Amino acid sequence: MISRAERILFMGMLIAAVIMAAILIRLRERAQDRLHALQTSTPLAEAVEALPTAVTLLIPNDADNSLQESQRSLPLPHDESARAHVLLETLLESFKEPSSTHPIAGAGGSSSARGLDIDEVFLMPLPQARDGAPNPGKMAVVNFSTAFAQSHPSGIEPETLTLLSIIGTLHANLPAITQVRFLVDGHPRDTLAGHADLTRVYLASSTDSEGGR
Amino acid sequence: MRWTDAVLRGALTFALLPPLSLAVGHARQTQPPSASTPLPPPPPSPSVPSPTPPNVAPRFLVVLDAAHGGDDTGARIADHLLEKDITLSLSARLLSMVSAHGIGVITIRDYDVNLSATSRAEAANRMSAAACILIHATATGSGVHLYTSSLAPTPITRFMPWQTAQSGYVTQSLKLSSEIDSALAHAEIPVTLGRTSLQPMDSLACPAVAVEVAPLAAGSATKAEPLSDAAYQRSILDALTAAIDEWRNDWRQQP
Ligand SMILES: [Zn+2]
Repeated sequence: MISRAERILFMGMLIAAVIMAAILIRLRERAQDRLHALQTSTPLAEAVEALPTAVTLLIPNDADNSLQESQRSLPLPHDESARAHVLLETLLESFKEPSSTHPIAGAGGSSSARGLDIDEVFLMPLPQARDGAPNPGKMAVVNFSTAFAQSHPSGIEPETLTLLSIIGTLHANLPAITQVRFLVDGHPRDTLAGHADLTRVYLASSTDSEGGR
Repeated sequence: MRWTDAVLRGALTFALLPPLSLAVGHARQTQPPSASTPLPPPPPSPSVPSPTPPNVAPRFLVVLDAAHGGDDTGARIADHLLEKDITLSLSARLLSMVSAHGIGVITIRDYDVNLSATSRAEAANRMSAAACILIHATATGSGVHLYTSSLAPTPITRFMPWQTAQSGYVTQSLKLSSEIDSALAHAEIPVTLGRTSLQPMDSLACPAVAVEVAPLAAGSATKAEPLSDAAYQRSILDALTAAIDEWRNDWRQQP
């Protein structure tokens, strides 16, 4: 038999649980608001600092399987990851131009808003070499949007050219980047659009794609 | 009922305090440094022995792999034309043309089925083939794209890591590619050469070249032809047959 006191205690605990849940939800909302405010304010602060910088883009040409250097002047943020992101968005934007030699509609089609092809670019320090010497290079992890991967033409040549132009453009402007990995929507994927291998690490120290896994 | 208030208040203070601090701690923890970032997985550890030791086969054998198949359609070439169907038809026709020259040919895919890269490599590596031709098609670019593995060449050992088995054959693959390049150039078909990382090519223990057929763009010496053009396909297949024939002559002269 449950005593009256136990029943009251149970009711008390139940009320406490409900109040606690309400407080938790409110706290979570506030934390999210703060996080959101932080995220939206950071790029604005960066944009103020951005100064026009001469950059080299490696533009692919499907007709002869080549990469052509193209000089541009871009406002680049100070932060290295943000610089890499702006560089690559500009590169992929050039693929959408009407005169493009490597046409890719990209996220949202040919008239899309900027900045939807690559979700993020992360830069990570490389592990020490086997002999213990510090490795000054960095690995760039390029996270494509699903929309970009879906709009990418399928074929060994178009896919390989996209990867090589990204790797080459990163290394040409940020020489510290010596390795590149690719993700789609935050996840590892077998191929970009059915061909070029996205499971491996690409070496950026040379213009070709040679390297180990 | 005053004592129930006391109980309730007591229960409330007891129940509320620790979870509150927990909740705040949790809210802080969920603030990511930049955004939720899954780290890339560690590279796969490739130490599976190659199923066939790279012996020189006594017989000159060619492996043809019609890429894609089943629900892997490959590239969409035109409204009703899929890469998987073109590769299958090219592979079947190349089989009969090369066989007519008295050369042993094995095809990896003979109907519309999805084969994994691993099963393709296993089937090819069992053959100790003198040449492995991977047939692809694309709507991008012009002419024929010849691709060899971007792996750095290494000496052939008895146990090659499965995922990079091709590294022992890269030098031969480049020779085979240049043989095919000359034959296509002779047929006045534009060729681009490249290196790439493509499955199952990197796992193949044989001289391997990916032959990607693209439509013919109008140029100074060429008129535009769609990939479906029978004469264009025929000229590519003739050139590939001639190259394989030439490769057999080179192969016979090897020590
Ligand atoms: Zn293909």
